[in-house]
Amino acid sequence: MKIGFYPGCSLTGSSREYNESLLAVAKVAGIELCEISDWNCCGSTAAHNLNRELSVSLPARNLALAELEEMDELVVPCAACYNRLVMTQHELAEKPEIKALIEGKLKMTLRNDIRILNVLQFLEKHIVPRLDELVKSPLTYDVACYYGCLLVRPNQVMKDERFEDPMTMDLIMQKLGANAIDWPFKTECCGAGFSVSKTEIVGELSGKIVRSAVDRGAKAIVVACPMCHFNLDMRRPVIESYLQRKIDIPVIYITQAIALAMGLSAQQAGTQRHFVPVNLTVNR
Amino acid sequence: MNKEDLSFKVRQSTEINVNECYQCGKCTAGCPVAEHMDLRPSIIMRMLQSGDAVAEEEILRSLSIWLCVTCETCYSRCPMELDIPKIMDYLRVRSYNEGKVHRDARDIVTFHKSFLNTVESNGRLHEMGLILDYKMHSGNLFQDVMLAPEMFSKGKLSVFPERIKDLKGLSRLFKGQTKNNKS
Amino acid sequence: MSKIGVFICHCGENISATVDVVRVAEAAGKLEGVEFSTDYKYMCSDPGQTLIKQMIKEKGLTGVIVAACSPRMHEPTFRKACSSAGLNPYMCEMSNLREHCSWVHDKSEATTQKAIDLVRTLVGKVKYNKPLYSIKVPVTKTALVIGGGIAGIQSSLDIANAGHQVVLVEKDPSIGGHMSQLSETFPTLDCSQCILTPRMVEVAQHPNIKLLTYAELEKLEGFIGNFKATIRKKAKSIDEDLCTGCGTCITKCPTKKIPSEFNTGLGKRTAIYVPFPQAVPNKPVIDKENCLYYKNGKCKICEKVCPTGAIRFDQEDELVELEVGAVVVATGFDVMEPSKFSEYGYGKYKDVITGLQFERLASASGPTLGEIRRPSDGKIPEKIVFVACAGSRDPSKGKPYCSKICCMYTAKHAMLYQHKVHHGESTIFYMDIRSAGKNYEEFVRRAIVEDDVKYIRGRVSKVYEENGKLIVKGVDTLLNAKPVEIQADMVVLATAAVANSGAEELAQKMHISYDAYNFFSEAHPKLKPVETNTAGIFLAGACQAPKDIPETVSQASGAAAKVAILFSQDELSREPVVAVVNRSAPPLYSTCVGCFMCATACPYQAIGEELITNRKGEVIKRVAKVNPGLCQGCGTCVAFCRSKSIDIDGYSNEQMYSEVMALLND
Repeated sequence: MKIGFYPGCSLTGSSREYNESLLAVAKVAGIELCEISDWNCCGSTAAHNLNRELSVSLPARNLALAELEEMDELVVPCAACYNRLVMTQHELAEKPEIKALIEGKLKMTLRNDIRILNVLQFLEKHIVPRLDELVKSPLTYDVACYYGCLLVRPNQVMKDERFEDPMTMDLIMQKLGANAIDWPFKTECCGAGFSVSKTEIVGELSGKIVRSAVDRGAKAIVVACPMCHFNLDMRRPVIESYLQRKIDIPVIYITQAIALAMGLSAQQAGTQRHFVPVNLTVNR
Repeated sequence: MNKEDLSFKVRQSTEINVNECYQCGKCTAGCPVAEHMDLRPSIIMRMLQSGDAVAEEEILRSLSIWLCVTCETCYSRCPMELDIPKIMDYLRVRSYNEGKVHRDARDIVTFHKSFLNTVESNGRLHEMGLILDYKMHSGNLFQDVMLAPEMFSKGKLSVFPERIKDLKGLSRLFKGQTKNNKS
Repeated sequence: MSKIGVFICHCGENISATVDVVRVAEAAGKLEGVEFSTDYKYMCSDPGQTLIKQMIKEKGLTGVIVAACSPRMHEPTFRKACSSAGLNPYMCEMSNLREHCSWVHDKSEATTQKAIDLVRTLVGKVKYNKPLYSIKVPVTKTALVIGGGIAGIQSSLDIANAGHQVVLVEKDPSIGGHMSQLSETFPTLDCSQCILTPRMVEVAQHPNIKLLTYAELEKLEGFIGNFKATIRKKAKSIDEDLCTGCGTCITKCPTKKIPSEFNTGLGKRTAIYVPFPQAVPNKPVIDKENCLYYKNGKCKICEKVCPTGAIRFDQEDELVELEVGAVVVATGFDVMEPSKFSEYGYGKYKDVITGLQFERLASASGPTLGEIRRPSDGKIPEKIVFVACAGSRDPSKGKPYCSKICCMYTAKHAMLYQHKVHHGESTIFYMDIRSAGKNYEEFVRRAIVEDDVKYIRGRVSKVYEENGKLIVKGVDTLLNAKPVEIQADMVVLATAAVANSGAEELAQKMHISYDAYNFFSEAHPKLKPVETNTAGIFLAGACQAPKDIPETVSQASGAAAKVAILFSQDELSREPVVAVVNRSAPPLYSTCVGCFMCATACPYQAIGEELITNRKGEVIKRVAKVNPGLCQGCGTCVAFCRSKSIDIDGYSNEQMYSEVMALLND
């Protein structure tokens, strides 16, 4: 089986450590992720806010390329890209006239049957079954698993029974040795794409999330989305000014947590790239 | 339903019948940005139901439609499973195409436009390019000046864009698509 | 030669607006065998019926066709009219021009043509109709009442007081149902147990009522007046005749931590238990799943302490067969498990409870002896939020229907709370207040105006816990949809009323129909609200749809009245539409070859055998014979018969062929 890989733009820039840690983990597990050659941006929030056709055609090009390269599965670690790709697949399946229009513009045809996996689905399927043998230095601290929006919603598409209180990430963290705390902000929105254009809203929404995690004793927040990471980590000054207090809780990607538990170095996990320093030797 | 009504056009485009909404307000109750909105989600649904032309104009000129972050909480909890984010997408495209974007939302729209600009010219997002383009168009020249150097030093920002090979193929997708509105 | 009269009804404009009735009457008049045809505005009206009777006499009609609405609606009306004019009622048939034609088609030539075809085919059939005579069957004057809640109790008492025998079957160890769990009742606030327990005792002591608790219906066969019910009496593990109900076993039982069903999990019970102190019968049962002896073979403390030696560990389930003439189904409802609504935190936070749990907290017989204390730490809540429509009017995760009782009980809950905790604050999030009912609206107003219950119109989106408080995120849709956040100590969900989990299976056992939500269906939503579509089986209470107590009691008395009417006759007339095995002259006697394929196929076990003997009494032929009392006229046997020896009266092969040929020979 050929597992395709769509990194998306953030993973080549502001969230390279997500990319690095994911690839490092896959390498240890002996899984080859084949990056779609010549992939393009999925259009993100901008496209579906301003132009409906682009919001379908941009992701569709990537799906067509993946099919051309005969990929059976496509791993999409960015939750936003994942959402756009899945919604596009859904739209293409439901609307034959849109599919025909876009195939014409792409000059490619789509079978539209590739299995798209977000990072949690990828980990659950390919990494989790082997964690027992792969974990070399178990994590020992309390963590708050933060899912954000697009890993669980819309539940009409995601179909997770526990979409209000998801557990997939929590269970992975527990397998790594960490204690995943129970907290109510797992799926609250961080402010997403407003990071640049409405920074004060991000400060408020992300602030409430970070405060809840800290107040409940978490030593780290674990995420699986570059936008969430950007807002909780790089926007920490805005968060602190909203909360009127200094908060030093680090924000790590789930793939970084796995990499660290596998015994890879902080460098290999890419934690040195964070704005909020990651210093996770603290015991429970 | 009158064919001139905005709700009729919403239905044509999204296949959502706004009359299914019974105004329970659960969308607004769970909306993370409701406090900042001029027209909250359930109010927009009610205004769409009214078929009132003045109310419809007010919707297209509202800040709310741009403040919706598409977090999908409303849709996931709606007892009628109404896909409000999809309606918001439709309203935003209409508002943008008709040059009715609320003045406080112009930064958001500028950001989206800058985003699509860099995607059109490179095929991928170039974060440095996006920030520069956004600063130029929004006039917020000094916003986040402290962020870039640190991102750069942590290897999170590259000076040069990554370009895809088949830019010509990509340009077919952008051809004829409105990115610039009337305003 | 037939002389058939055809009467075309306009049904006001229901038929005539779409079908050209005058032309249908004209076309019918030209058909072979038709003596007379006409149209009229309302055939079912008195003048309409008089017209039919008059024509039967005047023209000497041998058959009548009324082309009007569904025979379900008016066949009895017209057959009665024909009968009074001296024509055998089974010579009268109806053609359904309304449901089968005018209601489902637009006005057009084709629609009128279809109406003519419908009439023509029926003329083909009626030519071969033969006079039939109704069948008499005896009535067993004992009623089976299933379910011992207030509905079953009321029905049982009414039927018993009318002088008939009743067997009341209850699945739990005690009768009383949900009503026994309630605190006080709206709109009068009288104590539920105080008004219910005397009736429970009356049931137990009534000479005409036989009470079977801890028992369930296993099988129901037969038909109106002549049902055979099999009841499974679950092993109680005690000898009821010896047990005095002294309760020593209960005090000594070492397994004390089982969540009490009666207290909705808020209290505990022992393995040998009576559900509540006022239970009827007040004798314990052993819960085999939790009893130490049944689990690992050791303990038997109850047996040692029982002063009368009434414990029976070796007791087994017992099957009891009953002959009954009527059945009242009163199995009640259940409250929806709100754990699907994970945004409300039920199951995660102890202080998020259901309305039924609140009833137990407010009840003097409940786990807190009527004090409102929160389950987590036993503190008195200072602020309570009530969430209405938790599962009702929610097609996405709950039920699309309105549960009808929640608006009223939620107002009552808030009121009881305000009465008990004077400084407390109660808020109700609601969508609409549905308070139709005698003194109901006044009751809600009282909660708002006098007891200061705060009503906020809007739904709650999320409940979560922070620093020991439950944060309730709602909205006030009447204040420009302003988000509202309340820090509450307890949250009460007005959960939807749903059908019992076993309702579907029970309905199938009894051959009664049920709706998409597994509530049992009445025979007609307006005119037959207590009947089912199986004759002799009646409905009472919330097993049909969510209902409050007054409505339940009314329906229960209605069902009892229906049973009493049935039992007022010594025998019943049944439609003579039954299968008959043909008889012919010797030497054949019957074309039946005695293969009994029909008997294997019959779903009602209505086919037996008949031995044909000669004058000397020697058996010369063995043939099938239909018991007309059991036969339901379904026709399965006719399809199976290889020698074409069996036929349905009123729907004979001859009639059917003629009907089809009339359609084909256009």
